[in-house]
Amino acid sequence: MSVSIRNVRKEFENFPALHDVSLDIKTSELIALLGPSGSGKTTLLRLIAGLESPTAGSVFFGDEDASHRSVQERNVGFVFQHYALFRHMTVADNIGFGLKVRPSATRPSKADIRARAIELLRLVQLSGLENRYPAQLSGGQRQRVALARAMAIEPKVLLLDEPFGALDAQVRRELRRWLREIHEATGHTTVFVTHDQEEALELADRVVVMSQGRIEQVGTADEVYDNPNSPFVYGFIGDSSSIPVQVEGDRVLLGDKRLALKGWSAKDGKAQLFFRPHDVEIVEGGEGAILGKVLASRRVAGLRRVELSVEDDGHVEIELPADRDAPVGSTLGFRPQRFKLFPA
Amino acid sequence: MTAAASSGAGWRLKKPSVLPGFGLTLGFTLVYLTLIILLPLAGLVWRSAAIGPDAFWAIASDERTLRALQVSFGTSLVAALVNVVFGTILAWVLVRYRFPGRRIIDAIVDLPFALPTAVAGIALTTLYAPNGPIGGLLKPLGIQVGYTPLGIIVALIFIGLPFVVRTVQPVMEEIDREVEEAAATLGAGRRQTIARVLLPALTPAILTGFALAFARAVGEYGSVIFIAGNIPYVSEIAPLLIVIRLEEFNYGGAAATGTIMLLLSFVMLLVINLIQAWSRRRYGYGA
Repeated sequence: MSVSIRNVRKEFENFPALHDVSLDIKTSELIALLGPSGSGKTTLLRLIAGLESPTAGSVFFGDEDASHRSVQERNVGFVFQHYALFRHMTVADNIGFGLKVRPSATRPSKADIRARAIELLRLVQLSGLENRYPAQLSGGQRQRVALARAMAIEPKVLLLDEPFGALDAQVRRELRRWLREIHEATGHTTVFVTHDQEEALELADRVVVMSQGRIEQVGTADEVYDNPNSPFVYGFIGDSSSIPVQVEGDRVLLGDKRLALKGWSAKDGKAQLFFRPHDVEIVEGGEGAILGKVLASRRVAGLRRVELSVEDDGHVEIELPADRDAPVGSTLGFRPQRFKLFPA
Repeated sequence: MTAAASSGAGWRLKKPSVLPGFGLTLGFTLVYLTLIILLPLAGLVWRSAAIGPDAFWAIASDERTLRALQVSFGTSLVAALVNVVFGTILAWVLVRYRFPGRRIIDAIVDLPFALPTAVAGIALTTLYAPNGPIGGLLKPLGIQVGYTPLGIIVALIFIGLPFVVRTVQPVMEEIDREVEEAAATLGAGRRQTIARVLLPALTPAILTGFALAFARAVGEYGSVIFIAGNIPYVSEIAPLLIVIRLEEFNYGGAAATGTIMLLLSFVMLLVINLIQAWSRRRYGYGA
């Protein structure tokens, strides 16, 4: 089922949480809502679920306007960060809950509900735990049960709110791979919220980068990493540095020095030059290069990570081959090979 | 509440190694319980045994004693059940909604704890007597509250209410909002969520509140004697019968009636505690 969010705005007691957000999610797509806390990503997810109602705008499921449908009618699977399992029910009863509360006309028989629960437990690789209580499971196991419970109702969309946020790093990685496999096996349209960019880039078909209640950029992992469309996205996704420059005609000036940069276009005036630490080349002699004084040099795995001060107040980080020496206090010239200029 | 504390330790008499002082604290507990509770109760049983089995049986099978016990336990049971329903609703309102005056209502709940029970009894009697403001309204409808078992129930509801509210309230506060949202996304309506998700989670606390309110009601004396009318065989409670025996200098009879009450209360509280332990396990608190 495709989901379309059209010009949705949400205010909490006059505090705007989302400003005019639109987003189209295709059938069977796996989408990540990525952003720092307070960016509105969870609010957007809850609006899709119907746990919040928009101040303005609408949410479409397929061709149908679902804005005025209740949570119960929307038939979405929702997975909470802290699992929200029913502690007084066994694992099998938790999974079967959504089927058990159906009106008698559409409710499967007890035996069918039980069979469905056991089948889902096999899918989430927890066979044999059907009679346990949630308190007897580990965090990772509980989250798998929560996912099985959400899938039991054959939802139109699967929504996950920081599903791995409460788990430790090892389990997170494992569950991440596993969620991808489940998604490929079942084909549910899935939206998950995360503030972990690695998780978003690795897992999602498309990443929605959000900041301060707005969508900054929507794209594949390659698009948002290689072609960030705003200073925020450049800064938020991956490592980056920026220095203030001046654009005049076809020249980019750092202080009063012209930088030898190729392949750019920008309006005249002040601008910020963004680049990633690994997209630089060292320029011996320093002609047309950014010159910086080495503040610190650290060996990180196969690379050397160097902190430079540029033009007194600028502060950048670049990566060099490990065998390239960069003593503290020496001067280094470099030129970004891939970069972006944003008007300041 | 006691079940909560003991369920973790279980029945083992082994010293838990990481928590030192088990021997010391257990010893202290036993001495304390003996001095404060067991010794007086043993004295009571001893005194009632002194009158001999025949006299004891005569008192135990006496029509007036039986009726008084029936009134005491019957009214206490009804009052505790009423408190379970309305106390839970009251706790719900206090936990779930924010409204002006919420803190005042919250404080009012504790008043029955603080008020001398005789004051409560006199106030309720004034209201519910056939010529009182509420009693006068009910009279044309053929309902008499003051000086009947109904009046006893009203007084017992009054003194028992805080027990249910104060045991259910903290447990209710701990219920995660997300659990209800999860139920809603799975298609459960409001009623289904309450019946299948919220109430089962509250059951152990509600049972505790019931047990406390019930126990308190069985032993209540001060507020009841004013409103009950104290008509033998109709609205005479067992604690009053004990006082009457004392005033007749019939100490053996008083002790015997007390012992019978003690046994009945103990059996009922034990049963409630067992149900509670079962429900805690049943609802996943034991693990």
